[in-house]
Formats: sequence, structure tokens, C-alpha cells
Amino acid sequence: MADVLINPVADRLSPLELLRVTLAAASDPSQVAIRELPFLCQIALRGSPGNTLFMAAVQKALGLDLPVKAGSVVLAGSVRALWLGPDEWLVVAPDGAAPALLSALAAALEGVHAQAVDVSANRTVIALEGPRAAEVLAKGLTLDLHPRAFGPGRVTQTILARAAVILEQTGEAPAYRLYVRNSFATYLASWLMDAAAEYRLPPLC
Amino acid sequence: MLLISCPHCGPCDETEFHCGGEAHVARPHDPAALDDAAWGAFIFMRNNPKGQFNERWVHAAGCRRWFNMVRDTVTHRILAVYPMGSRPPAGLGHLGAAVVEDAQ
Ligand SMILES: [Zn+2]
Repeated sequence: MADVLINPVADRLSPLELLRVTLAAASDPSQVAIRELPFLCQIALRGSPGNTLFMAAVQKALGLDLPVKAGSVVLAGSVRALWLGPDEWLVVAPDGAAPALLSALAAALEGVHAQAVDVSANRTVIALEGPRAAEVLAKGLTLDLHPRAFGPGRVTQTILARAAVILEQTGEAPAYRLYVRNSFATYLASWLMDAAAEYRLPPLC
Repeated sequence: MLLISCPHCGPCDETEFHCGGEAHVARPHDPAALDDAAWGAFIFMRNNPKGQFNERWVHAAGCRRWFNMVRDTVTHRILAVYPMGSRPPAGLGHLGAAVVEDAQ
């Protein structure tokens, strides 16, 4: 029997890969653009913010001070830490960063009451950008996205069109990231395309 | 639709929360020592006041933390939100001064 060679990286299929062309066609950067950010490294991190050993160990491993203010994000280079709860964070980094970050965390957190788990396969990420992005989200969100209530560097867990999401605002434009469970990704991407359809400019010819 | 103030996240829509029933129901220290009637009373019997009621709620779709609330079952008005393991603000709720500490 012939060997079937599978490359665990090159042969990966992200949850929205089959919708990549459709998403691009439904996007209008002057209004709102939708695309998947596949395979981001995501690490669930838990520990007590009151434990100075824990906070110092994470600072050593990730090079950032974990946010303790509810709903805030701290960035350091390509690594970001999202506040998910008073003792819970999601560390997000580029594709492929998980092994190095996890071993750095494991080494720094030796003997410290804490938990760091690779949950990269749990959710995929949808980027929603452009002047109409907030209007698109507002159709399925109970949250106030007005700049007086939400803005860059803010994150929240909420429900968008009946799907549980982590919503992070990454830019002024506005730009958002939606972290959604893989099994909900196709549904949510379809919902976003439908919600964004009215903002696409008609073709010139 | 209620706007519920999570102690961590601030005001969020009711659909993000689940109600966990009456608050401050102390778990018996030695369940094996109870007869069926007493155990059944702990498991099933709850107050059901018309008016102020102490309840447990969880921010299920948000930070997933539990907290306590005093809610008026007639008007739906939320009178107080306070942490697990703490007593309700003085004079609020159906338990009055007889509140027992949560078994943590
Ligand atoms: Zn909350």
C-alpha cells in the first residue's frame, strides 16, 4: 500500500477556507470587508491577578503585563492578551507561535498556581473592517459600539446573531476581530455577508 | 428586556445571563445525616415571594462568573447586585437579617 504523506501544516483546512473567495467577493473595503484570520495561536491562561508571582512569570514569558481591567487588551509586539474574566485571559499570537509561547509559559510558571492550555483549534477569527463594520455588527448585537462605550483595545464576550463570540476592537476605522467556535464559523460568516450586503456599492457597469 | 449589571463587565443584555435560582441556600454540612424529607427540602423547596427575591445569576455568555442579585419579582426591578459569598445590602431581599453565609 502506498504511503499517503500528510503535511500537518500545509494540508490544514481552516473553518472558513471554503468561503474565502465568497467572503472576498462580499467585501468592499470602502464600506466593510470580511475575511478569516486562520490558525491564530490562542492560549487560555488562568491565574490570580493578585498573585505577584503569577503576574511576574507571565510578564517574563510573554513580555507583557496582563490586563486586569475588565474588557481590556494589552499588546506586546505580535502577542496580545485579552481579558476574559477576573482570572482568565486569552493570549493570541501569530500562526505557529503556540509551542514556543507554551514552553516559555510552562518554564516561567513552574511552581506557580496557574494554567496555560493551547486552545488554538477551538475558535477561528473573522476580521471585520471598514466604516460600516459597526453598523453590520449592530444588527445582531445588544452591545453599544459607540466610541463612548467601546473602542480600540477593548474586548468583550457576548452573543452576535445568537452565536457566542469574543469581540475585540482592533482599530479606529473601525476594525474588529470576532473569535468564534469553528462549528459556528460558517453560520456567522454567512450572517455577516448577509448583514453587509446592503452596504456594497452597485457595480459601475 | 432587562439590562443586568455584571459586577465585572458592567451593564449587559439579559440574554447573556442565566438565573440560578434562590441565593443563600446553605448546603447541609453532613448530607448523610439527613432524612429524606430534610434532604428533599434542601434540594427542592425554595421561597417564591411576590416582591423582593435574592437570586444567583451567572454571566453565561460573558465572563461566566456567578453573582447575587435582589430582584423584585413583580416589577422586574433589580435593586442590588453583590458578590457571591457576601450578604445582601441591608434591608434588601426576602431573607432580611436571617441570611446565612454561602457555603463556599
Ligand atoms: Zn460579566
